Amino acid sequence: MRNYLEFEKEIKNLEEELDSSKNPFDKDGISEVDTAKIEKIQEEINEKLKITYSSLNSWQKTMVARHENRPRANFYIKEIFSDFTLLSGDRLFGEDKSIIAGFGVIENKSVLVLGQEKGEDLNSRMERNFGMMKPEGYRKCIRLMNLANRFRIPVVSFIDTPGAYPGIGAEQRGQAMAIANSIECCMSLKVPNISIIIGEGGSGGAIALASSNKVIMLEHSIYSVISPEGCASILWRDPSKSLEAADAMKLTAKELLNLGIVDEVIDEPLGGAHRDNKEMSKKIKKSILQNLETFKNLSGEEIFNQRKTKFLKIGRDQGFRKPSDALGEQLGYVEPSISKITRFIQERKNLFIGAIIALILAVILTILM
Amino acid sequence: MNWITKFIKPKIKSLFKKKSSDSKDTLWTTCECKNLVYKDDLFNNLSVCPTCGSHHKLTPEERFKIFFDNKEYEVLETPLPKDDPLKFEDTKKYTERLKKAREQTKQSDAILIAHGKLEGTNVTVGAQNFSFIGGSLGAAAGEAFIHGVQHAINNKNPFIFFSCSGGARMQESAVALMQMTRSVLGVNELKKANLPYIVVMTNPTAGGVTASFAGLGDILIGEPKAIIAFAGRRVIQDTVKEELPEEFQTAEFVKEHGGIDLVVERKYLRSTISTLLSILLKKKEAQAISTTDVATFEETVSKTSKAV
Repeated sequence: MRNYLEFEKEIKNLEEELDSSKNPFDKDGISEVDTAKIEKIQEEINEKLKITYSSLNSWQKTMVARHENRPRANFYIKEIFSDFTLLSGDRLFGEDKSIIAGFGVIENKSVLVLGQEKGEDLNSRMERNFGMMKPEGYRKCIRLMNLANRFRIPVVSFIDTPGAYPGIGAEQRGQAMAIANSIECCMSLKVPNISIIIGEGGSGGAIALASSNKVIMLEHSIYSVISPEGCASILWRDPSKSLEAADAMKLTAKELLNLGIVDEVIDEPLGGAHRDNKEMSKKIKKSILQNLETFKNLSGEEIFNQRKTKFLKIGRDQGFRKPSDALGEQLGYVEPSISKITRFIQERKNLFIGAIIALILAVILTILM
Repeated sequence: MNWITKFIKPKIKSLFKKKSSDSKDTLWTTCECKNLVYKDDLFNNLSVCPTCGSHHKLTPEERFKIFFDNKEYEVLETPLPKDDPLKFEDTKKYTERLKKAREQTKQSDAILIAHGKLEGTNVTVGAQNFSFIGGSLGAAAGEAFIHGVQHAINNKNPFIFFSCSGGARMQESAVALMQMTRSVLGVNELKKANLPYIVVMTNPTAGGVTASFAGLGDILIGEPKAIIAFAGRRVIQDTVKEELPEEFQTAEFVKEHGGIDLVVERKYLRSTISTLLSILLKKKEAQAISTTDVATFEETVSKTSKAV
C-alpha cells in the first residue's frame, strides 16, 4: 500500500488515475489500455514530483525523512552487502534489536555494518523499539567496533533514529555514559568509519555513531539536536510551531553541508527514496565504495588524525570573535588568514569608514578646486 | 477620589513590588525547604542551606573562590567563535538571548576555565554557569572546554570540571551536537597524556553534557541530591506513562545504580579531590623517596663497594 503525505494530494490523484487506466478490465467493450494517456499522466506525475520535491520546506522534509514507506537500514543492508552475518549482544546485559550489527562484504571488502532500524510494520516497529537505542545497543556497537579495529575492518553505519530511548531502565543502566563511550570509541578508531543518515538523525542517539570520518546524508534526511516538535514545545511552548522550529534548526542535508557538519549529500530518486528504493541503494553503495577508496592507502594514524582534524575544524573555519593563541599541538587550531583579515577590518570598521569618507571628500575637494 | 484609586495606588504598589522582588538588594533568600535564609549565612556555608542541607547552585566564580587555595586563581581567556551560527530565532532572537545572558553573568559563554592551586597542587578547573542559558553546551562552550583541556596538557595539570547544564544548546542544533564529539576529543587527549580528569556533577547535569565529556571523567563525583540524567524526568514520564520514584535520577540514585563513584558534600569536595589527586599522582610515594633518598644512596654505595 502506498502512503501519501499531506502535500502530495495532486500526486495521489494522478497516480490513482494512472493505476485505473493501466487496468484493462474495468472498461466496457475494448480490453485495451490507452498507452498515450498513460504516458501523458506519467509525465505529469514526474513533473509534479519534481516541482514538489525540489521545493520542500524543512517540515515537509521531516515528514519525508519519517515516511512510512521510506527504506530502512535493514533493506539497505540486504541490498548492499553480501555474506552479512548478524551478531548480537553487549555481553553485559542484553540484546538491543533497534540496532542491527554484523560483518558483511561489499565488493570483496570486509566491513562492519551497524544500522539503526525503525521497523517496517507495527509488529517489527514494536520489536525494534521504533529505532530508539538503549545502553546495551551502544555497548554492542562499542564491542564490535573494537573488534573491527583489531582486524583493521572499516565501519559503515546507517543512522535512522528519533533519539536515544527515554526509559527508566535505560537511565538506570547509564544511557548517558553509554553514548559518551560510544563517541569516545568512534573517535579513537584506527580504521575509517562512514555514517550515512538515511532518515532521521536524532540527537545523542545519532551522534553516538555518527562521529565518523565521513558523515553522509541522503537528500531528504534530517539531522538535529532535538525533534522539531520537541524544540517547538520547549522554545515556543507550542507544539504546533514545528515548521518554524524545523526551519530555525537548519536540519536539512543541504544546510548542514554548507555548515561543514556533513561531508556529502546523496541525491535521492525523483519523489524521494521510497519511490525507487533499489535506485537509492545503488547510489548509497557507490558512495560507500568511493569513500572507502579514499582511505585505502592511509595508515591508521592518518585515518585517526583526519577524523580528529575534521571535527576540530567544525565552527573554527567560520572564524572567531575572540581568538586565543595559547593553544598547543594536540587540540590547537590555525586561524585561516581570510578570517584574520575580516576580523582585522571589522575591529577597525569605524576607522576604515572614516578613512574612506575622508578620501572621498579629499577627491571631491581637489576636483572642485 | 477615583483617579487616586485608579492611578496613584497601583503606582505606589508597583513601586513597592519592584523593591521587594529585586533579589539583589535583599539580604534574605528562600530555600527549597521554604525557610528564609540570611544571604551571608548561606554564602559562608558554601551556599548550602544551614537548615536542610540543600546545595544551591554556584556560579563559576563562586565555585572557584571556594575551591582554590586562599581564593587565588586566574581565569583564562578562552577563544570565542562567531555568535549564532544558524541565525536562530524563536519567540526571541538568539543573539538577544546571548546578549541578555552576557549582561547577567558577565561571562562570554557558559563555561569558565581557571587555574590555580588545590592543596599546593597546580590544577586546571572548569565550571559551567547555569544562569547562562541553562549552562547549555554550544560552540563557544565547546571551544572553552577544549581550551581548558589544552591548558591542562600544556602545564601537565590535572583537570577538574564542575558540570551544571541542561544539555546541548537548542539554538545551535547540529553545531551544538558537534560539541559532544569535539569535547570527547579533548577528553581523549587528556587520557592520552595520562592526566587525571575528575568531574563533579552538580545540580543539574543532563542531556548532551552527561552523554559526552562529563560522563567520561576518570572519577565521577556527584553533589548531594544533584540531578544527573540523560533524558529529562518529564520526557521519561510521558514515554513510560507511570509515576517515577521521587529519588529517580538524583546523585544518590545514580550512585546506587553504579553510574558515579561518590556523592560528596560540598564542604568535603576540596579534601576528597586533593586526596584522590595525591593518590593518582603518587604524591606520598614521591615524598617518601625524596626523604629516603640519602639513606638508599648510602646503602647502594656500600653494597656496590662490597661487590667491587
